[in-house]
Amino acid sequence: MSVTIHVQQHLLDEARVFANEHIFPFASEFDKKMELPKSLIESMASKGFLGANIPEAYGGLGLDQVQFGEFTEIIGKACPSTRSLITVHSSLVSSSILRWGSEAQKEYWLPKLASGELLAAFALTEPEAGSNAAGVQTNYDDKGDHFLLNGFKKWITCADIADVYLVFATNGEKVTAFLVERSSPGIETVPIKDLLAARSSHMAEISFKDVKVPKENILGVEGGGFAYVVNTALDHGRYSIAWAGVAIAQGALDAMVNYARRREQFGKKIHHFQLIQGIIADATTKIHAARALCLKAGEMRDADHEDATMETNMAKYFASKIAMEITTDAVQVHGAIGFTSEYPVERLFREAKVLEIIEGTSQLQQGMIAQFALKKYYSK
Amino acid sequence: MELNQKIRSYIEDNLVVFEDEAEFTDDDNIFKMGFVNSLFAMKLLNFVEKEFDITVENDEIDIKNFSSVSKIVQLVESKRN
Repeated sequence: MSVTIHVQQHLLDEARVFANEHIFPFASEFDKKMELPKSLIESMASKGFLGANIPEAYGGLGLDQVQFGEFTEIIGKACPSTRSLITVHSSLVSSSILRWGSEAQKEYWLPKLASGELLAAFALTEPEAGSNAAGVQTNYDDKGDHFLLNGFKKWITCADIADVYLVFATNGEKVTAFLVERSSPGIETVPIKDLLAARSSHMAEISFKDVKVPKENILGVEGGGFAYVVNTALDHGRYSIAWAGVAIAQGALDAMVNYARRREQFGKKIHHFQLIQGIIADATTKIHAARALCLKAGEMRDADHEDATMETNMAKYFASKIAMEITTDAVQVHGAIGFTSEYPVERLFREAKVLEIIEGTSQLQQGMIAQFALKKYYSK
Repeated sequence: MELNQKIRSYIEDNLVVFEDEAEFTDDDNIFKMGFVNSLFAMKLLNFVEKEFDITVENDEIDIKNFSSVSKIVQLVESKRN
């Protein structure tokens, strides 16, 4: 084992211990209170977890894609909302700056994001621009020495606690990406509460009213916001959600195995019943398959393979689908008690659903995967 | 293979419509014609950099430089020169 791999394995072990001690026992409480404690985010920052995917040169931990995926699973298994912070801060925003930022932007933003001095959120979605992300209506005007931003964003994870937003806006012709500091005058946020899931993800609406954005805060080129920055970000986001699906599914399997080993009906533990065994066998097989897809996607991403994005789409589609199936089965194995917050399966069941919607719905993934297959497996 | 043939061949392999439904000249905008999906922009950029061993700077990464076979040929030739 090389020194680098050994160090990174140690980081993953440390993340696992941290998640088991400081996140998982409190996940239900976070869900009920609808917030992540500031102290938790600070503890994660002090461990370097907010810079897990950022190269060491910019103050991060420098995990490669496979390791970052495993890290995402560890955090996601402990608490999906805590994982969602990693998804937006690291996968969506830090990765975009790393890919599209100028050297000056990387040197300015990445160390602050890696240390947790700044938290980031990804402001793409609007009431009328969901799956049709290119249809954003938030607009910008070039005022010579700065841009002026006006508009409204919705369903923005961590918007209520983030310090900087990666915002996508149009001037009527082009969609452009901007790094916008939340402290800028003209920005207001309104928390979105009582959601089915992601309740402690600090989701909020953001309004921008004549917000001045410095010229140097464009990420990528003007007009490159959708084709390049959004696509890069969502590709990383899908990779994160794929592992999030494995995480939730594994959490549900752990819960159903432990329940089935303890619960007695008809005079014996319910794991003796073959129909219960069938559910556990199916869940185990699906999780192993989903994790294998995620690992394959991670290896292809690390190798810069040209089909890495499509493999990631498949991993995201499959892992979110099986997470929904397995959490449904986990509630079934628990019976009536599975409807209560006494066991985690009720929360995992709710959390699984959102994965089939965010970062491109399952139907959008199916469309892209089908297009890929209809070309790749056609014999001329 | 000629430069434009290599690029055309790669685009044809990544069309979201089938060959018998897609006819385009070297000057046609493949994105506006809906022959490729939005994910293709990144894939095309990676292909051009790897295949022709060039680095496209961030300020050159504008979709209009990749919108047709001719535009991509122009970009690659300008980088080689």
